[in-house]
Amino acid sequence: MAAVDLINVSKSYGSVEVLRDINLSLQKGEFVVFVGPSGCGKSTLLRMIAGLEDVTSGELRIANEPMNDVLPAKRGISMVFQSYALYPHMSVFENMAFGLEQAKLSKAEIIERVHEAAEMLQLTPLLKRKPKQLSGGQRQRVAIGRAITRDPRVFLFDEPLSNLDAALRVDTRLEIKALHERLPETTMIYVTHDQVEAMTLADRIVVLSDGRVEQIGTPMELYNKPASKFVAGFIGSPKMNFLTGALAESHGAQTYGIRPEHITISDSKGDWQGRVILREELGSDTFVHVAVEGIGKVNVRVAGSYEIGASETVFLSPQPGNAHYFDASGQPIA
Amino acid sequence: MKLDILKRLGFYALVTIIVLQALFPFYYAILTSLEDGQALFEINYLPEALNFINYQSMLSGGVFGKQILNSVFVASVVVIISLTLAVTAAYALSRIRFRGRGLLLLTILSVSMFPQIAVLAGLFEVIRWLGLFNSLWALVFSYMIFTLPFTVWVLTTFMRNLPIEIEEAAIMDGASSLTIIRRVFLPLMWPAMVTTGLLAFIHAWNEFLFALTFLSTDGQRTVPVAIAMISGRSEFEIPWGNIMAASVIVTLPLVALVLIFQRKIVSGLTAGAVKG
Ligand SMILES: Nc1ncnc2c1ncn2[C@@H]1O[C@H](COP(=O)(O)OP(=O)(O)OP(=O)(O)O)[C@@H](O)[C@H]1O
Ligand SMILES: [Mg+2]
Repeated sequence: MAAVDLINVSKSYGSVEVLRDINLSLQKGEFVVFVGPSGCGKSTLLRMIAGLEDVTSGELRIANEPMNDVLPAKRGISMVFQSYALYPHMSVFENMAFGLEQAKLSKAEIIERVHEAAEMLQLTPLLKRKPKQLSGGQRQRVAIGRAITRDPRVFLFDEPLSNLDAALRVDTRLEIKALHERLPETTMIYVTHDQVEAMTLADRIVVLSDGRVEQIGTPMELYNKPASKFVAGFIGSPKMNFLTGALAESHGAQTYGIRPEHITISDSKGDWQGRVILREELGSDTFVHVAVEGIGKVNVRVAGSYEIGASETVFLSPQPGNAHYFDASGQPIA
Repeated sequence: MKLDILKRLGFYALVTIIVLQALFPFYYAILTSLEDGQALFEINYLPEALNFINYQSMLSGGVFGKQILNSVFVASVVVIISLTLAVTAAYALSRIRFRGRGLLLLTILSVSMFPQIAVLAGLFEVIRWLGLFNSLWALVFSYMIFTLPFTVWVLTTFMRNLPIEIEEAAIMDGASSLTIIRRVFLPLMWPAMVTTGLLAFIHAWNEFLFALTFLSTDGQRTVPVAIAMISGRSEFEIPWGNIMAASVIVTLPLVALVLIFQRKIVSGLTAGAVKG
């Protein structure tokens, strides 16, 4: 059953159209990630589903009911904001209970639901504290807890990890994934511009660019069969190498794309010969940037460490079958 | 080493001068208010006798008590109306996008730039036309001209700094507009409202020119004018003792208010630094 449907949805601010003809159908219990560069309209799309922004044209349905004109609180959704947006003057308990009070639940039921959510997120010892007495990660959990207590059909996250430091971000990412497994009935929509978050969390990814949907698919579909040069460059880290010139033209394309991990490096033989410009050592991987004669700059990913000095000669071989070809408009050529 | 001590001495000397400069006039007023007759004109810096006769004569005179109540009424009503209007106006000015918002804000601020004396004549006509002459509502009305712009301005700036996402979270939680204002905004705005409210109160409490112009009978006057009009037994005698006693009496409510709200004022001035 479809949990959320967007049918030809557009959004304009005055004469500026920021989203154009979005068509999406999200399944119940699915974890969907909206990803795209800054300013492409991810937050706007999410806020339209939440009801914080009007839908300029098109139809929004949640659980097959039209939602265009339904109040945010009546849509059966919860939202976790990027800045957490906790009520600073209320304790953790009050923060989590506020929505339930508005829904006129009984005292006993409020206490039960808040404690249940607090238990799930290890917030029980913190219930009496004010938000300013919490660390960033704890605030984030309270924000999630506040969203859980309302028992939503659809959970919305707008870049919930962007205010956390790198280590905490990874932990919280895992917690969100675990949360989704504990709430299999709940549809989750998650906005990020971090493609690693998108790849690791999503059942399906929606890539947005400049107010349009570029591609919808599972992480592996996006990785293996990008529907445009934009998606190819956006998904995957480090970025896919895009090479123009004679090499691409020999395949009837404008751009030849190959991912850094799909190139084999050797110091004795290979298809391309070049000089090392720079080496980045990550421990688990090494990125070698090579200037290949007649082709251009190519980034190669080598598992483990790879000892080589700058300006030494190396040979590269793109793995057959993993190359991508794009025409002048960025469309893939099969 | 030596320089350090000198520096410190200099610092405390400066502090002492500033404190003296600020407090001495008030201290001297208290001293004078406790003296009577000939003692008034002897210069002394420490109290010699505690003589409350000036206070007695001021408070038992009858009309001064009424005048204090007039001041309390005017200042309180000004604060209540200003804050009520300012909170709603600030909400609109900081949260709702509409044409000419910046211009409107500037206009509001510029209203408070006119010197009182410049608007006095025009205002007098307006007040006569409204039939408010010699009524305390004339003061309430005219003081709002000065208190509203700055309360609106300060509260607008403060509300702009409150993250809009907090309000959106409340909307998602199903709170009505009234609930959002009551349960989310007011508790957060409280320090700013106390601070601006107090400033408005002090302004209304101290105002002289309008109070002198728009009120004509003793029973209607507010305290600054009332004190200026205290007269002695003959036109050659200025009753300094009474005047000083009255001044001390009317200062006490302000001191009390500031002390009560002290902590709120401080947190009001630093509230912008606290992130939700
Ligand atoms: N209130 C508004 N009025 C006019 N334009 C707006 C408004 N809000 C957003 N926009 C525009 O809409 C576009 C999409 O904004 P949105 O916030 O959805 O981007 P985003 O994808 O979430 O970006 P980010 O990753 O930086 O958060 C942007 O170009 C932005 O300038
Ligand atoms: Mg955004």
